[in-house]
Amino acid sequence: MSISKKRKEIQPEVVSASDLTVGYKDKVVWKGAHFSVKQGEFVAIIGPNGAGKTTMFRLLLGLLLPEKGTIKVFGASPRKGNSKIGYVPQRHTIDNETNIECIELIRLAQSGSRLGFSFSSVKEKKAAHEALKAVGATDLAHKSLGSLSGGELQRVFLAEALVSNPEMLLLDEPLSNLDLRRIKDLVGLVHDVVKSRNVTAFLVAHDINPLIKYLDKVIYVANGKVASGTPEEVLTSKRLTELYGTRVEVLHDSRGNIVIVGGAEDHHED
Amino acid sequence: MMLLALNIFSSLSGIFKYQFMQHAFEAGTVVAIVAGIIGYLVILRRSAFATHAFAEIGFAGAAGAVLLGVSPVLGLLSASTLGGIGIAILGNRASHRDIEIGAVLAFMLGLGVLFISLYTGYATEAYSILFGEILGISAANVLLTLVISAAILFVAALVYRPMLFASLDEEVAEAKGMRTVLLGAIFMVLLAASVAIAVQVVGVLLIFALMVIPAATAVRLTKKPLYAIVISVAIALLATWAGLLIAFFEPYPVSFFITSIVFGLYLLVRLIYRSQR
Repeated sequence: MSISKKRKEIQPEVVSASDLTVGYKDKVVWKGAHFSVKQGEFVAIIGPNGAGKTTMFRLLLGLLLPEKGTIKVFGASPRKGNSKIGYVPQRHTIDNETNIECIELIRLAQSGSRLGFSFSSVKEKKAAHEALKAVGATDLAHKSLGSLSGGELQRVFLAEALVSNPEMLLLDEPLSNLDLRRIKDLVGLVHDVVKSRNVTAFLVAHDINPLIKYLDKVIYVANGKVASGTPEEVLTSKRLTELYGTRVEVLHDSRGNIVIVGGAEDHHED
Repeated sequence: MMLLALNIFSSLSGIFKYQFMQHAFEAGTVVAIVAGIIGYLVILRRSAFATHAFAEIGFAGAAGAVLLGVSPVLGLLSASTLGGIGIAILGNRASHRDIEIGAVLAFMLGLGVLFISLYTGYATEAYSILFGEILGISAANVLLTLVISAAILFVAALVYRPMLFASLDEEVAEAKGMRTVLLGAIFMVLLAASVAIAVQVVGVLLIFALMVIPAATAVRLTKKPLYAIVISVAIALLATWAGLLIAFFEPYPVSFFITSIVFGLYLLVRLIYRSQR
């Protein structure tokens, strides 16, 4: 089903969904979704605002139950507090008055759920430094969280997610509010982490172009429906026209960038 | 130099001959420790407004207690703790609904005024609830303050790490399966109880002097939570002790001196560290 290399074929399936419908109270967000993702794949979740991309994460995290259909994460129903999953939520702001050094946040990501008072442990500190090193942010360890730029903050959040050695990463819009160079850096970094640690990564984004050369799979959410497959399979005029139920055209430029015309208005980074 | 030290020592031992000064120091010390610690969480969780609200809800309770002839401290404690539980039940987000909290606290302050006016005794009761009257604290209230403080500190130490993590990164904490709503509720009750005991020292209207300003000063001095808590407690203690000492010799209210010391330190730290963030 995937055109990726042979090595991929023997990787176990880590997420599978069939005939999945999700919603809140009486409102259906999307329905009839089928998709599956293997260990070590880099997956983008793309679609217009409000289409239900974050809802996908809430489902994988066990914070939301499906209305219909089944979803399996690591072969079981999703559950809260799964330590195999590292999550970076979409954050609009971190208060610039938050004068706490980054290393504290990453330490707490390991021990934050334990009761009782304790002074810092050496092991915890070492793991926190290693996580920062893995995202190339050793120099940020003792900087205040509130003083970081958007790109620095995303690195620290990635380190926070990586510190517990997860097998899966869920990154919700880490690229918004970053300039083009930082977007490239971060996508490259996530790709490195995925490949070197054999981690499965889901990344929610508006614009697929900075990601496209790294992706193994795309999950496209729009118009209450979900389409998935390799970028080549999904990002075609035919598939997206089916998805939106209105005429959509996928145009390619000479450098491999794509532009989606029709459908919803906001396909470009705003 | 020796002479000065000797002088201070002899006046200190003179001060502690008075039982009311002993009581004031005992209660002031535990209150400063609690306020310094919980104050750090107030800063981290941006709950300064809720802090003020609990104080004013406590005012209605204290005034009601005066009217009924019960100890004002009991009224203070039960009203603000009930308020804490109320906000906790309404949910985490409720603590940030400024308009609703504002409406409730205005009403509570109004109720307090009614109770005070119905009470035909001394107007000084209202004055001391609003501005603090630590010098008049009774032995029974010192004991009560001690017991409540011990309970607050025990719970705070128990939930320290989850509280810190959930305050910094609520969404990730929730995804990790932590009970963030419960933690928010625990915080509200801790805050309400801390406010109730701190009101005895600085009063309803000057509650920020102990519950907010020391911690606000501390977070400008260090990026490590533990150090910030230690500094916050140190500032609250210093201000309380110095305030009590000065008030012993000068005919002005203790709460004025405490507020002035914490405010002075806050200004100083802001000026010095303005460009170093």
